[in-house]
Amino acid sequence: MSRAFIAILRRDLALAARAGGGGELALVFFLTIIVLVPFALGPDLNLLSRIGPAILWIGALLSMLIGLDRLFQSDEEDGSLDLIRASALPLELAVLAKGLAHWLVTGLPLALAAPLLGLLVALPGAAMAPVAGTLLVGTPALSFIGAAGAALTASLRRGGLILPVLVAPLTIPVLIFGVSASNSALGGTIPFLTPFLILCALSLLAIVVGTVAAAAALRQAE
Amino acid sequence: MSALGPHAGFILASYAAVVLVLGGLIAAVLRDHAAQKRALAALEQRGAGRRSDRAAS
Amino acid sequence: MASLIELANPTRFMRLSAVLLPWMLGAMALALAVGFYLAWFVAPADYQQGETIRIMFVHVPAAWLALMFYSMMALSGIGTLVWRHPLADVAQKAAAPIGACFALICLLTGAFWGKPMWGTYWVWDARLTSMLVLLLIYLGIIALWRTLDDPSRAGRAVAILTLIGFVNIPIIKFSVDWWNTLHQPASVFRMGGPTIHPSMLWPLLILALGFTLLGLSLHLIAMRAEIMRRRVRTLTILEAERLDRLAAQGAPA
Repeated sequence: MSRAFIAILRRDLALAARAGGGGELALVFFLTIIVLVPFALGPDLNLLSRIGPAILWIGALLSMLIGLDRLFQSDEEDGSLDLIRASALPLELAVLAKGLAHWLVTGLPLALAAPLLGLLVALPGAAMAPVAGTLLVGTPALSFIGAAGAALTASLRRGGLILPVLVAPLTIPVLIFGVSASNSALGGTIPFLTPFLILCALSLLAIVVGTVAAAAALRQAE
Repeated sequence: MSALGPHAGFILASYAAVVLVLGGLIAAVLRDHAAQKRALAALEQRGAGRRSDRAAS
Repeated sequence: MASLIELANPTRFMRLSAVLLPWMLGAMALALAVGFYLAWFVAPADYQQGETIRIMFVHVPAAWLALMFYSMMALSGIGTLVWRHPLADVAQKAAAPIGACFALICLLTGAFWGKPMWGTYWVWDARLTSMLVLLLIYLGIIALWRTLDDPSRAGRAVAILTLIGFVNIPIIKFSVDWWNTLHQPASVFRMGGPTIHPSMLWPLLILALGFTLLGLSLHLIAMRAEIMRRRVRTLTILEAERLDRLAAQGAPA
């Protein structure tokens, strides 16, 4: 059972590394958004550093959502989803493997790159680690909420914009607590740990709910 | 309408919004209902609805 | 055979709803008439908010109904997924636009109430923001209905989405509250609560009843339309198959 799990995980990682999709493109998109924001707001470094965590979080959120529609769609098209459904591995575990792979190729690099991109928006040094930390624990929630949405739209030929429309409202809590934990490092009345722990709880909840919902959606779509 | 006080415009605007939105919803629902009814009647007139027809197949 | 059993239930529903509808519409007209009379001519102006309190009489029922229709959709979602009830996804599909309209009314009247009271059409107040998010979720559900063609498959997909949203709404409410206290320490405005005066409570309750009946009647009519739409779909497919067969028989002769 765990061998099938690892097999799906390795297959998705290999696909992401080879086919040129996913990981690095999300990272480039993230960079593009961070570059666009100062052009809209003006190059005022004080302003940018104050809203830096928010910019980084919005950028990461959009980059996570942008490629999500391919998570199950390509498998649905080439038939490997039918194989996964027919295998002895519970569909929930298969979804967990795919979600984990998605996070490893998009969420993790985004979190690691965030402090570097933070330099562009004059993020204070004290906020670098908190921003990276919140992204590290917050992005799994985005991956798995997104996986549920991706499973719902897996059979759509012309999905495109519908997935972000479905998923974005559900990611609001993650955004709120991610930004608020990052901002608490910049000063403020609340300690860092309070929103951070809630963010961790949200992530754990999203992993469970997202996995179960995505598996249910994939089963219904047969 | 002078009895509505200084904010009459806002009160009337909000009631107008209610009338507009609910009116639009009611019109859309009724129109859809009528359209489906017409389509069903047209199909049944052509004989597509007869059970015997389906049993024979 | 299976399709006959599936037809039986909606047929009974069509009969029952045809009997029920006139009564509901009558009760609705009565409740709305009495409610609006009380709200406009009997209820006094609020000593703080003046005549703008009249907006509350449509704002608050709309908020209740937006939540009620979402709860109904979540229940229908369970009905679709667990019991595979043939009417559940019909009920859910019919409820989504109605709930969305009530959420929209709540937001619009809230804006027109906010301008004279707070000096701005929109504040990022916790309750208004949560309602906006609810409207977004409604719109997502409607969008998903429109992109999936096959009704029964769309029904199950939307049921899952509705339930994910239902789990999420309390979390969203909680996080929006948190975010709101973080950014706006002073509470802008607290509405009546249990201390509301009876001369305002009665029109509010009667109007809420009237709007509920209006929403439920619309829901029934929309469900009837949806059932007919599915019948039209099935019959069209059957007719096409029959024409196909006739053409196949005619060709060799």
